[in-house]
Amino acid sequence: MIEVKNLTRVYGNHTAVDNISFTVEDGKIYGFLGPNGAGKSTTMNMITGCLSITSGQILINGFDIFEEPEKAKKCIGYLPEIPPLYTDMTPYEYLLFAAGAKGVKRSQRKKAVLKAIEATGLIEMKDRLIKNLSKGYRQRVGIAQAIVSEPEIIILDEPTVGLDPIQIIEIRDLIKSLAKDHTVILSSHILSEIRAVCDDVIIINKGKIIACDSIESLESTLKGRLEIKLEAKASFEQIKELLGEFEVSFIEEENGYVKVSVLTEGDEKEVMEKIFNKFASVQKPIISMCRIKADLENIFVEMTEKEDNNDSNL
Amino acid sequence: MTAIYKRELKSYFCSVTGYMFCAFMLLFAGIYTMAVNINSAYANFEYVLSNMSFIFIIIIPVLTMRVISEERKQRTDTLLYSLPVSMTKVVVSKYLAMLTVLAVPVLVMGLYPLVLSLFGKVNFLSAYSALVGFFLLGAGLISMGLFASSLTENQALSAGIAFLIVLINYFITSFAYYLSSTAAASLIALAIMVLALVVIVYVLTKEFSLSASVAIIGEGILFFVYYAFPEKLEGLFPAIIEKLSLFERFNIFTQGIFDISSVIYLVAVSAVFVFLTVQSMEKRRWS
Repeated sequence: MIEVKNLTRVYGNHTAVDNISFTVEDGKIYGFLGPNGAGKSTTMNMITGCLSITSGQILINGFDIFEEPEKAKKCIGYLPEIPPLYTDMTPYEYLLFAAGAKGVKRSQRKKAVLKAIEATGLIEMKDRLIKNLSKGYRQRVGIAQAIVSEPEIIILDEPTVGLDPIQIIEIRDLIKSLAKDHTVILSSHILSEIRAVCDDVIIINKGKIIACDSIESLESTLKGRLEIKLEAKASFEQIKELLGEFEVSFIEEENGYVKVSVLTEGDEKEVMEKIFNKFASVQKPIISMCRIKADLENIFVEMTEKEDNNDSNL
Repeated sequence: MTAIYKRELKSYFCSVTGYMFCAFMLLFAGIYTMAVNINSAYANFEYVLSNMSFIFIIIIPVLTMRVISEERKQRTDTLLYSLPVSMTKVVVSKYLAMLTVLAVPVLVMGLYPLVLSLFGKVNFLSAYSALVGFFLLGAGLISMGLFASSLTENQALSAGIAFLIVLINYFITSFAYYLSSTAAASLIALAIMVLALVVIVYVLTKEFSLSASVAIIGEGILFFVYYAFPEKLEGLFPAIIEKLSLFERFNIFTQGIFDISSVIYLVAVSAVFVFLTVQSMEKRRWS
């Protein structure tokens, strides 16, 4: 379990991570989502003890990462953004070194290395020099390094960046299989990836957490609600009067045609029928009407934009 | 810790660096043994060591330049930071690996007095105490090179800094010889050194009050000594410089003296620079 409390990190006069708090429960896959430069890598570097913190506290299984770094770091396997590989070694040698440095007992070292090699599909490559491996295989060696000591928590910083589509699918499957007996945190700026792999998502923007919830509950808050985009030949006041029971907001007006968005709940078709009948009864023609789909993508865009608007208002 | 030590040692002997280091040292040991012991028929192996100590200027930077710079450049240092091992252990492992590389040619050179003894009488005690001094000199210089390597991610720059440090160590005694030994000259030189220290303190801590108090106390003591006991300052600066040079300490061993204070000095210098390297690595977490 990871507990992050009021974590802040300041570079010079730029605040990269601003007073964030969250808890990572055991046995789940967490997605760390945010646009470039949101503070994802900074946060991960701090959780793994690679970067000092300006203020706050990080507890890994109850051990403070800066008070008892050796105990805390033993619980973590970390793959940084750029895999830290010694390119003049073979994956087998490298993993043997990593296992030794992480305190895997000598008698179990070879077994642990072979297990990690098998899990990451590196068997054929294990005796080639890392410098001769392709980017995808290097990434796998990096992941193997993170899991070789069988830590409880695995932290992967953008594990699929720069891989081809087939490799991405393989790595995702690998991450899913890891989650059976590890807690996994992975960062990404690609939504579909988080959606495909993670249980919970932490959305971060400009160093602040703007959402921390399971993907289902984030989406279900949006699923219950129904947003309909409507264009009709009527004034905004008339539309508002017609659709009194719904929440109507103005989008734009062009040559007497008004576009509005209608926010409500219930069945899509029933609501649309109701709206149509209302407009028909007063003979105001509807030009178009469609539902706006709500998904993680929308949540993300909405939330990051909302934050940006708040900032610009200040 | 052993894992890091082994990896480091392997990287020296999987590449050309380790072999070059040993070969270069043994080449010069061979040349000077031939010239001093065989051609000129001296039975003192310590003269060989004294003559060849200059090669440290060339080979120490070669050995130390990549030890930390490379990690930083390849971003493998993140692995070191995330290991459940303290930074002190990481740096000490790396240092020990380099000492092992140094020990290989030194041990081979340990056979030379034995070989020479087949042809005449060799004073083993002075020969081997000089060899110990030679190893300690190398250990001290390597610790300085290690520190230089932790300062930059550019290997060439790191080699350059190490080269300069060893070079200054080598020539500073002959340089001190030309310095004026009057009390006033010592006062000025020492005052400048205190100011340099103050600047370093300020750059590192950014605390004005601390550096100001260092300046006031340091300069105060200097001027007090200058006005109260000017004779104490006479020749002090050249003497200090001479005492600081690692090569000067080693030269005591080559005169057939096993000087405990020099042993302590060389070990202490190594410890200080290893400590500084650890601090320099720790500081990176903060930037």
